[in-house]
Amino acid sequence: MSNELLFDLKNIEKRFVRGRESISIFDGLNITIKKGTFVSIMGPSGSGKTTLLNMLGGVDRPTSGEILFEGQAIQNLGEGELAKWRARHVGFIFQFYNLMPMLNAEKNVELPLLLKNLSKAQRNKSVETALKLVGLSDRARHLPKELSGGQQQRVAIARAIVSDPDLLLCDEPTGDLDRTTATEILETLQLLNKEFGKTIVMVTHDPVAASFANVSLHLDKGQFIEQQSSEAVA
Amino acid sequence: MGSLFAQISAVVKMNLLSLPKRVGSSLTTLLAVAIVVTVLLAFMAMGQGFQKTMAGSGSEDVAIMLRGGSAAELNSGLGGDVYTNVSSSPGIAKDENGPIISGELYVVVDGVKKSSQTEANLPLRGIGPAGFSLRKNISLIDGRMFEEGKTEIIVGTSILSQFSGFELGSKMKFGATEWTVVGVFDAGGSVFGSELLTDVRTLQAQFNRGNSYQSIRVRLDGPEAIQKIRDFIESDPRLNLDVMTEQAYYSDQSRDMGRLVYMGWGLAIFMALGALAGALNTMYTSVEAKAVEIATLRAIGFKGISAFFGTLVESLVLAIIGGVLGTLIAFLLFDGISTSTMGGSFTQVVFDFNVSADAFKSGIILAVIIGLVGGFFPAWRASRMPLLKAFSS
Repeated sequence: MSNELLFDLKNIEKRFVRGRESISIFDGLNITIKKGTFVSIMGPSGSGKTTLLNMLGGVDRPTSGEILFEGQAIQNLGEGELAKWRARHVGFIFQFYNLMPMLNAEKNVELPLLLKNLSKAQRNKSVETALKLVGLSDRARHLPKELSGGQQQRVAIARAIVSDPDLLLCDEPTGDLDRTTATEILETLQLLNKEFGKTIVMVTHDPVAASFANVSLHLDKGQFIEQQSSEAVA
Repeated sequence: MGSLFAQISAVVKMNLLSLPKRVGSSLTTLLAVAIVVTVLLAFMAMGQGFQKTMAGSGSEDVAIMLRGGSAAELNSGLGGDVYTNVSSSPGIAKDENGPIISGELYVVVDGVKKSSQTEANLPLRGIGPAGFSLRKNISLIDGRMFEEGKTEIIVGTSILSQFSGFELGSKMKFGATEWTVVGVFDAGGSVFGSELLTDVRTLQAQFNRGNSYQSIRVRLDGPEAIQKIRDFIESDPRLNLDVMTEQAYYSDQSRDMGRLVYMGWGLAIFMALGALAGALNTMYTSVEAKAVEIATLRAIGFKGISAFFGTLVESLVLAIIGGVLGTLIAFLLFDGISTSTMGGSFTQVVFDFNVSADAFKSGIILAVIIGLVGGFFPAWRASRMPLLKAFSS
């Protein structure tokens, strides 16, 4: 874990308008995340977990406030710039894997590499490495429907790390898996954090999953009410 | 640019691979486009087939003369003196027998269509001794030439294929006289193949037409010849004739059928609106079905334009396959089929439907337009797909 800040969120407000009603999710949220941290965010439904994850990933914007990533404000970047920023810095892992059903595992993993000017050989090498890391080298040519839930999530992890981003954002990554498979996935994430220095922010409902993180945050009504480490998060 | 191309290629590939998942709606769109193209091509094949038959009939070096103001041979009438006077005009080519000229009489007789067993008008044309050689691409393929003074006819292959009772050796009654088929000629698909030919003197006598004609055909002796003939006619107050090349005459006769092609376009465009609605529906459904996938790709960093082109290409592929299917159906159903319709002189003209390369091109262009318009708006929606969809799956 480093002392350098990866994220610095300042005075974040987020409101949704539903009909005539304005719903406030965050009202002056402040949080920092250090590089190399594995952060879990827990909290009841509607507490703003996924909204926070979306804002960290640049797929949603705060109503006001500032999101600094390595000192650069990202909340006002245009769509194109944000897309480039995501491609360079963020790997996403979704609850339901979000794999492309018509592409086999290696083609799914290759997708983020298509955003970079790499040769086919370079792409193949990176895909092979990523699949090997998640233990799925022998399933490279299988379609998602030919894989178990745990294997699909491993492919999704391989897709998230193949372009070597700094940050992995995981939205309930084990929510659709049995305990044994969930543990394997969480161990893989832990490995990526400890061995490869990836900063991981994981939203989960599962306290066991949260225990794999080195910092656990509890979000309720738009505020963090509990944290287990003050080293990584302030 | 290379990265953008790779993104677009990947999305196009994914969209095309996902087509079998939406086989029902995809097939509906494909078939709707195919039907529109088939209808368009049917009209075009009919119009172009007729025009080809008519245009193929006319020579540039043969002139046809009708009474001034007559639109077609049936309305024309010329006395024997006119024939005699005009035969001394400059501009008419000559051979060892003198000017190459044919005074022709045109009467309407009945024939029975093989397809419907209904009666239809057929042209029985009396021609002069030079009349047969004045016609382009015409040759006797069976039997012999009719003899002057005898009630003998030779019959075109188009008539033989579409009408019953005209086989070689057959006898039939036109007016009060019995006629015998003594020969069969081929006219290379031109309108002449839709005629019965006989000796003009015999026809005048049997139909009580005295020494009258309806048209005069002459061989021109050069590029300036037609103007020489016009000048000659203008200088003689006894002559009131319209002169034109055979090609111009038949091109004019086929103008009405040309309008049929425009009617085909009108109908096809009207039907295309229906196909367009189908394409729009299919593509919107496709975009909705792939919403999470599109949003996931964009979350990963793919640009909206890749989703736009991916969707547009999917729509185009469906439409083009439909277009090709439509042209194939049109080709198999219509190309080369022989039919007959009323020509300019209220007689049947036998012609073949012609699904030409131009018609094929038009069908594909129409399909591409349906694909582009039908895909554009769904593609636009795909490119604007909210990324949050990826997380709300």
